[in-house]
Amino acid sequence: MARQMLTEGEELDGFRIGARLHVGGMAVLWEATHPDHDGALLVKVPRLAEGEDPAAIVSFEMEQMILPRLSGPHVPRFLGAGGFEVRPYIAMERIPGPSLLPLIEQLPLPFAQIAEVGARVADALDALHRQHVVHLDVKPSNILTRPTGEAVLVDFGLSRHAQLPDLMEEEFRLPYGTAPYMAPEQIMGVRSEPRSDLFALGTMLYFFTTGERPHGDPQRLSGLKRRLWRDPKPPKALRRDCPDWLQEIILRCLEVLPERRHPTAAQLAYDLRHPDQVKLTARARKQKQDGWAKTIQRRFHPDHQPKFARRSNAAEQAASAPIVAVAVDLSAPDPALHEALRTTVGQIMATLPGARLACLNVLRQNRIALDTTLDEAGNNKHLQRLVELKHWAQPLALPEGRATFHVLEAVDPANAILEHARVNGVDHIVMGARAQSLKRRVLGSVSAEVAAEAPCSVTVVRARGAAAEAAARTPETADTPF
Amino acid sequence: MKIAILSDIHANREAFEACLADADRRGAQRLVILGDVVGYGADPAWAVWRTMELANAGAIVLRGNHDEAAVAERGGMNPDATAAAAWTRDALDPEAKAFLAALPLEAEEEDRLYVHADAHDPARWHYVRDAEDARRSLDAVQARIVLCGHVHVPALYGLTAAAKLVSFKPVTDVAIPLMRPRRWLAVLGAVGQPRDGDPAAAWAMLDTASSELTIHRVPYDVATAAEKIRHAGLPESLAARLARGR
Repeated sequence: MARQMLTEGEELDGFRIGARLHVGGMAVLWEATHPDHDGALLVKVPRLAEGEDPAAIVSFEMEQMILPRLSGPHVPRFLGAGGFEVRPYIAMERIPGPSLLPLIEQLPLPFAQIAEVGARVADALDALHRQHVVHLDVKPSNILTRPTGEAVLVDFGLSRHAQLPDLMEEEFRLPYGTAPYMAPEQIMGVRSEPRSDLFALGTMLYFFTTGERPHGDPQRLSGLKRRLWRDPKPPKALRRDCPDWLQEIILRCLEVLPERRHPTAAQLAYDLRHPDQVKLTARARKQKQDGWAKTIQRRFHPDHQPKFARRSNAAEQAASAPIVAVAVDLSAPDPALHEALRTTVGQIMATLPGARLACLNVLRQNRIALDTTLDEAGNNKHLQRLVELKHWAQPLALPEGRATFHVLEAVDPANAILEHARVNGVDHIVMGARAQSLKRRVLGSVSAEVAAEAPCSVTVVRARGAAAEAAARTPETADTPF
Repeated sequence: MKIAILSDIHANREAFEACLADADRRGAQRLVILGDVVGYGADPAWAVWRTMELANAGAIVLRGNHDEAAVAERGGMNPDATAAAAWTRDALDPEAKAFLAALPLEAEEEDRLYVHADAHDPARWHYVRDAEDARRSLDAVQARIVLCGHVHVPALYGLTAAAKLVSFKPVTDVAIPLMRPRRWLAVLGAVGQPRDGDPAAAWAMLDTASSELTIHRVPYDVATAAEKIRHAGLPESLAARLARGR
């Protein structure tokens, strides 16, 4: 096994090595360039000298396995690697700019910034989980930001890929991770739970809000395990003006049992982007930690020991808890279509208990005329639509928290629906086909445009009845999609 | 180089043809057959003839316990296997038997060892069913990668520098890096009689350039293969299990 270190100016498989950027616990980072790749690159070399932690080797192997299999804006692009038989390294795209670490100098952060940063990190975690990977070392220093705004996750040395052998789990009995951010199940040796990353993100949000870490920075296993039975101080106890919605989100992320956290990173991002729609529970207004009686029971009573299941697949879990958006046309009510739309949505929600529903309506704005928010009778149009939207959803009888309601004001309905789907990571759009009319012939079909452009599945619903049958018989529908 | 590895064909013509076609479509440049060309299935003569043809074209072919039983009677098999072996002996001509009898028990190529069963003592036909069996095989040989069959359920075992073993159930169609310098033992699924609950025929592609192994599953005409087994008068259970993949 080669052990010699790199030096500046050296060439390695076509990578020209530049300045040494960082010496970490397990690896050294070098700046590099390559004639085939634009811009600055990064070469990561594991620390293999005698006496170094053997985890350095295994975590390097894991990163070498996982990084080439990841794609998208939320990870650095993989460019090449060398194995242990010659000289081990991983080359990747270098993301310019600092990690989230400098934010810690400015704590506590404004609430809007906490939600904004949190939502971007949740987007990145969602993208990772959909690629079958749990990160397991989410912390400010492992999160970079692209100039275009996307959060980028780095360092997959402790990560776990559901479809590849887990070399970490077999090698080490002690949990590996970063003490303040490790989820309870991770401390107990579970490495397959995507919601461990949500716990870590919750820890970051707590830190950003209060300036303190919810469980400190314990250095021993016994100290790490304390978070299994001792709840953190509620953020409001440290920052009195912490809004209910933010405390609700943070404490939900920090739940001991993963099942009590948000089902997916996408659903967490959704909450962070729609504070007014967060379902508040007892967590939201908690002022102090649980009392000693409750805590002692959690610590010592055998019936209160948390049980952690091993999950098989991060991506499967994401698929079972999708965000479904239903676009309801309230401008020209069609009772048969409304009913058909509700039936379809009801069936989806009944099949997938983890799913949440975003009910959308587009309030059309005129391109030229200056719109007023009031109609001729002086009613607030936006509010009126919201009331009608809730009325449409009422027969679905969804509990609070499973459905949210959004009136989007836009010139182009299709664009507004598509934009909402993109920004919020919607998995499935359900909408009605507009009835045959002069308007549709002139404007084209909104559902056709959404179906063609959407980043996700689209179901277009039609009412089957006398009116629909008659419309289907007219010749012009033959070549009009939807 | 992309190497297609097939094991446990068991005289199932429909499954064998489907796997060969799939391997060809995926760009296999070399073929290795890990034994048990015959036994259980209704097309032993065709399976041996096709295998001879492939061997003449450069394929590595090894001997399995059922190939051995098709040449001369041997004990230690369950009643269904014994009945199938007797039927197979009658169905094969002397040339086919001579071909099977002459097959080697193992073959080594670069950093790889091919063998039908446990590499520790190939002639005893022990199964590699768990990490301890895998360790015994890996300890007995020098090769970095050992590829075997016999169990009819795909599995992968990796040995670390600290002599610890990782065991892993391979996911279909996902390339698994057999990281260097770790040592690995892969148990292939069966072409002709899968037993992991998935009736689709199993084979594997090894890409030596990237050191990646991928398990592929191919649907084939199970009904025809099962019908032929019934028509030949072989035990019903051998026909029925193909549809269950157990």
